[in-house]
Amino acid sequence: MSDFKALPDLPAPTSSTGLAGWFRSNLFSTPINSVVSVISIYFIVSFLIPVLDWAFVSAVWTGEGNAACEQASGACWIFIEDRISIFSYGIYPADQTWRLDIAFALLAVSFGPQFFDKFPFKMPLAIFSLTAFPLISFYLISGGAFGLEYVPTERWGGLSLTLILAFVGIVAALPIGVVVALGRRSEMPVIRSVCIGFIELWRGIPLISVLFMSSVMLPLFLPEGMNFDKLLRALIGITMFQSAYMAEVIRGGLQAIPRGQYEAASAMGLGYWGQMRLVVLPQALKLVIPGIVNTFIALFKDTTLVLIIGLLDVLALVQSAIEDPAWGAVETEGYVFAAFCFWVFCFSMSRYSQKLERKLHTGHKR
Amino acid sequence: MTSNKSAIELVGMNKWYGDFHVLKDINLNVAEGERIVICGPSGSGKSTMIRCINRLEEHQTGKIIVNGIELTEDLKRIDKVRKEVGMCFQHFNLFPHLTVLENCTLGLIWVRKLPKKEAEDVAMHFLERVKIPEQAEKFPGQLSGGQQQRVAIARSLCMSPKIMLFDEPTSALDPEMIKEVLDVMVELADEGMTMLCVTHEMGFAKKVADRVIFMDVGQIVEENNPHDFFDHPQNDRTKLFLSQIIGH
Ligand SMILES: Nc1ncnc2c1ncn2[C@@H]1O[C@H](COP(=O)(O)OP(=O)(O)OP(=O)(O)O)[C@@H](O)[C@H]1O
Ligand SMILES: [Mg+2]
Repeated sequence: MSDFKALPDLPAPTSSTGLAGWFRSNLFSTPINSVVSVISIYFIVSFLIPVLDWAFVSAVWTGEGNAACEQASGACWIFIEDRISIFSYGIYPADQTWRLDIAFALLAVSFGPQFFDKFPFKMPLAIFSLTAFPLISFYLISGGAFGLEYVPTERWGGLSLTLILAFVGIVAALPIGVVVALGRRSEMPVIRSVCIGFIELWRGIPLISVLFMSSVMLPLFLPEGMNFDKLLRALIGITMFQSAYMAEVIRGGLQAIPRGQYEAASAMGLGYWGQMRLVVLPQALKLVIPGIVNTFIALFKDTTLVLIIGLLDVLALVQSAIEDPAWGAVETEGYVFAAFCFWVFCFSMSRYSQKLERKLHTGHKR
Repeated sequence: MTSNKSAIELVGMNKWYGDFHVLKDINLNVAEGERIVICGPSGSGKSTMIRCINRLEEHQTGKIIVNGIELTEDLKRIDKVRKEVGMCFQHFNLFPHLTVLENCTLGLIWVRKLPKKEAEDVAMHFLERVKIPEQAEKFPGQLSGGQQQRVAIARSLCMSPKIMLFDEPTSALDPEMIKEVLDVMVELADEGMTMLCVTHEMGFAKKVADRVIFMDVGQIVEENNPHDFFDHPQNDRTKLFLSQIIGH
């Protein structure tokens, strides 16, 4: 037998590495692949070029008024720049908008760190953003206390209203959903029926009619003179509606937890709430993160429906602004801007959920 | 090692699942420190019987008295009994979202109300006893079956139970892992723990059991010390069962 000789490390053939290699193996590996790739690239490019040209190259970024846009073939972004404050704040008093700014800065500061792995004080910050923050920002935004001017909810609007609706909806729908989901699995028939009734009722009606009922019909049933805030009614409607969906998503997670987990927890002496809080819910919620975030995203976009009861969210304001005769045809710009606003928030939620899933992954289940 | 004080008394106990009579007139008295092995064919009610002892299943008639506490509907009594009794399951039932250490400290912190630091000391002590202190920071999903079952045993021991129930603790394990789990159980038996084990590990039964109980169709058919049980079984069903498992 000959002596063992270690072979030298050779560089990989260039055909399998580098840009050319990637192209060859991913796009042009067979004749059919090549044809499909070429056709797809053609369509993507022929679609992208005009879009990019419209949005960036030929777009008008600076200037004053409609006149600056008349010659341009691209997007008229100065329309958005001109209206940015009304889109963000609605008809909130202009000299008071700093209060909204502070509230959303607080939100960003307390939630932002959740996106980063190694950030100290994440837990206290999260608790702050779910407890003290809503209270502080409520007083900050509505005023009428601590020497702040009172701003009635009729004057709230724009992107800030969208965020308020979404934040309150999300923060309230999750815990209500958890409670209803647990109730639906309760062994006590009364509690179980109440929860099933709640879910079937709210899931069975479209959100638009929930909102209509809350704003048009509810006042008819309330005693004369008793009137509570339109925004509050809309919030309650949205929250109840989304809680029903949330409850069903969470129930799916609860059902996936094997009975052995409950038994091990009981055997160790944990009571019902201990079992749920420490053993069952952490696992169930983790399992259904994609479903929960899906519901959040749906909720976020559903907030636009409040325009039918006269609340002016960002989409409603964009819609009324594009009809302004002082500007030419700016529909596209308006809607693209509105779409972009929603996309930014929904996409962040989606990214956050993916991050959370990865972080909570604790090895294979056996 | 066994005393005369009884740790578990089952008196004329019956249980039904719907119309199905699973346990029929069970009478069993387990003295403190006694080690009992329960065997019998599949579906004979072994699991059901030991699960009644910590009220994972409810019995319908007869009495179950654990360390002087009779099990009734009363939740306080159930709690008290569960404080006395630890249990290990066939499929370990560790909490997959918690580390090994957190699995062990959960009960100490939330049931026994110990401060976190103390709970961790207790947990580490028992993880050392089952010889896997180095796995404390891992998640159950990252351990072998035998290691998981040892964590499960440590988790129960943390609650300082006076009685341990084992429901086929080794039957989901590969042969080479069975030994490491049985070793821990033998040690536990040597220290005088009252134990009820459902198992078909006959070597273990011969080594540690004070009594072997044979169950079939929801009844206790035969009970005897391991020597007589294996060498001179009285009942035909027992003989058949033993010939089958020895035949393997
Ligand atoms: N939740 C239940 N509902 C109805 N019947 C049940 C239930 N659990 C168990 N049984 C039945 O009760 C009988 C006894 O079950 P048990 O689990 O106690 O058997 P076992 O002796 O532990 O068997 P194995 O060795 O297979 O674990 C079986 O016939 C089983 O089908
Ligand atoms: Mg069994």
